[in-house]
Amino acid sequence: MKEVTQMQTRYEYGGDEFIFVQLSEAMSLEANFKGIAITRKLKEASLEGVHDICPSNASYMVRFDPDVIPPEEMMARLQQIELEMEGLDDITITSRLVDVPVYFNDPWTHEALMRFRDRHQAPDSTDLEYSAKINGYDSSEAFIEAITSAPFLVSMIGFVPGLPWCFQMVPREKQIEVPKYVRPRTFTPERAFGFGGAFSVIYPVQGAGGYQLYGIAPAPIYQKDQTLFDFQESIVFPKQGDIFRYRSIGEEEYQAIREQVEDGSFVYHKKEIQFTPGEVLADLEGFAERALRRLYHD
Amino acid sequence: MIKVLKPGLQTTVQDRGRIGYYEIGMPPSGAMDKYAYTVANMLVGNALDAAVLEITYLGPVLEFGKRMKISLTGGEIPPKINGQPVPMWTTLEVREGDQLSFDFVKGGARVYLAVEGGIAVPLVMGSRSTYTLIGIGGFEGRALAEGDVIHTADMIRKPVAAGASVDASLIPTYGKTHEIRVVVGLCSYRLTEESKETFLATEWTVTPEANRTGYRHRGERLQFVEREQPFGAGSNPSNVTDLGYPIGSIQVPDGVEPIVLLHDAVTGGGYATIATVISTDLDRMAQVKTNEKVRFVSVTMAEALDARKDVQTKLGRVAEMIESGS
Repeated sequence: MKEVTQMQTRYEYGGDEFIFVQLSEAMSLEANFKGIAITRKLKEASLEGVHDICPSNASYMVRFDPDVIPPEEMMARLQQIELEMEGLDDITITSRLVDVPVYFNDPWTHEALMRFRDRHQAPDSTDLEYSAKINGYDSSEAFIEAITSAPFLVSMIGFVPGLPWCFQMVPREKQIEVPKYVRPRTFTPERAFGFGGAFSVIYPVQGAGGYQLYGIAPAPIYQKDQTLFDFQESIVFPKQGDIFRYRSIGEEEYQAIREQVEDGSFVYHKKEIQFTPGEVLADLEGFAERALRRLYHD
Repeated sequence: MIKVLKPGLQTTVQDRGRIGYYEIGMPPSGAMDKYAYTVANMLVGNALDAAVLEITYLGPVLEFGKRMKISLTGGEIPPKINGQPVPMWTTLEVREGDQLSFDFVKGGARVYLAVEGGIAVPLVMGSRSTYTLIGIGGFEGRALAEGDVIHTADMIRKPVAAGASVDASLIPTYGKTHEIRVVVGLCSYRLTEESKETFLATEWTVTPEANRTGYRHRGERLQFVEREQPFGAGSNPSNVTDLGYPIGSIQVPDGVEPIVLLHDAVTGGGYATIATVISTDLDRMAQVKTNEKVRFVSVTMAEALDARKDVQTKLGRVAEMIESGS
């Protein structure tokens, strides 16, 4: 775990009720796995006075009641957990593999992105064409293939309820990176699939947004009324540590899934998976292959 | 029963907030000025987590459908019952058919109206607070509208006689310039030393973008330490790898216009946070209006905790005063 030991952890107070811990300035799977491991340990400890434990991409945050647990004591506990963690190899992470259908180049996000060309780096092309080009792909199709061929780790939830930040599980040289819009859009359709920096997202609700737009997911990731099976326990579907595989679908399948969502019968296709960060980092391509096989064939 | 004759600018049902769901991207919502909120509940003898109405800038016109105790605390938006001025920070009794209205705001920005028993709306994820972005909690997930009818609950702890009031020493006052205490930290390493000083030395002007999600301030431009941006952080020097935002944290997108994130804010994103408003002064921030001046004052954790104790002591004194019937 050479990379992990090279990461510089920064402990900071956020006023009198928050502690922010930055594990690394740069995004990496190592940093994210480390955050998952620490925050899961912290949750297991169920400390009195801890209100929120929020893992994020390469950092995490804790909200606590300083009247119950003094700030220095809280911070010492967090530092202790990091110290006691020897490496990432002996941690087993249990999470869900999920098939997430996406209708790329759909008419709705296309209409939205065309409306805001004056706020984009490349007013004369679509977000897909522009992103494919700056990442060295010959066509939008080849770019979509790159997005759908390897899974993404749900590395953080937030911004608005349920929004998953997803980081592709591929070597650094294969990571897609795109800028955000020059000026944010004032409109993004609900369930739009976008990309910004090194992260893909699905917008839970309609609203403003600055990520490049590539398509739309037929299935919700946030459901206020909790009528669907996957929302029985929470109004949001994604969980940090989930592994999403974006699957490219056409209009016909999009409409079929929409109907299932409407009549309440839709259920995400998913499988449980266990892995150690060590085995994933040692062979990302092998892990991706195994994960997809487990998701669709086991 | 209370009938909304006019809704005011933004009147929402709020309580202590929806705590414990930050991890899924759910901000706490809840009363912006917790001191005023708590005292309002005390004055009508409610449980301290009962729901109240938070009134912003321009007050509503409400008609009461039965006799009940009410109280009004917070900023100075002078209240009237049937056109006659009534005191704030006092237990009042209204009768069936009485109308509550307000004059223009004189000081502060938000008033809390507590009614005996609290406002009856369903608990959503442990709270009655309104979160309008996704339309949950409060009254149908939105601000009150003309014609709405709201009901009272039964969260009474101990009845309080009309006329109980809070000593002037325990009532905050609000000018047009505000000192807001912050703990500098989080990603403040991204600011140049000079800009850290500028941040604390500048008298900032609150822009029209000042609401429950956050307050944006105009003033000086801040500079970030030059660096090659880390992978995943985005191209602007004010960008960091997306992270969690504490409530009260201050970010400065592109180095212009610091934003203080408040109770309905986004829970995370890709801008460097440089300081956090201490929990006590979030109450004060709630009473700041557009075009007023704000200065951020750096304090230590020990000072932040002392401020917190002070508020608790004051609330204890308010409770004693009401208890003893003075």
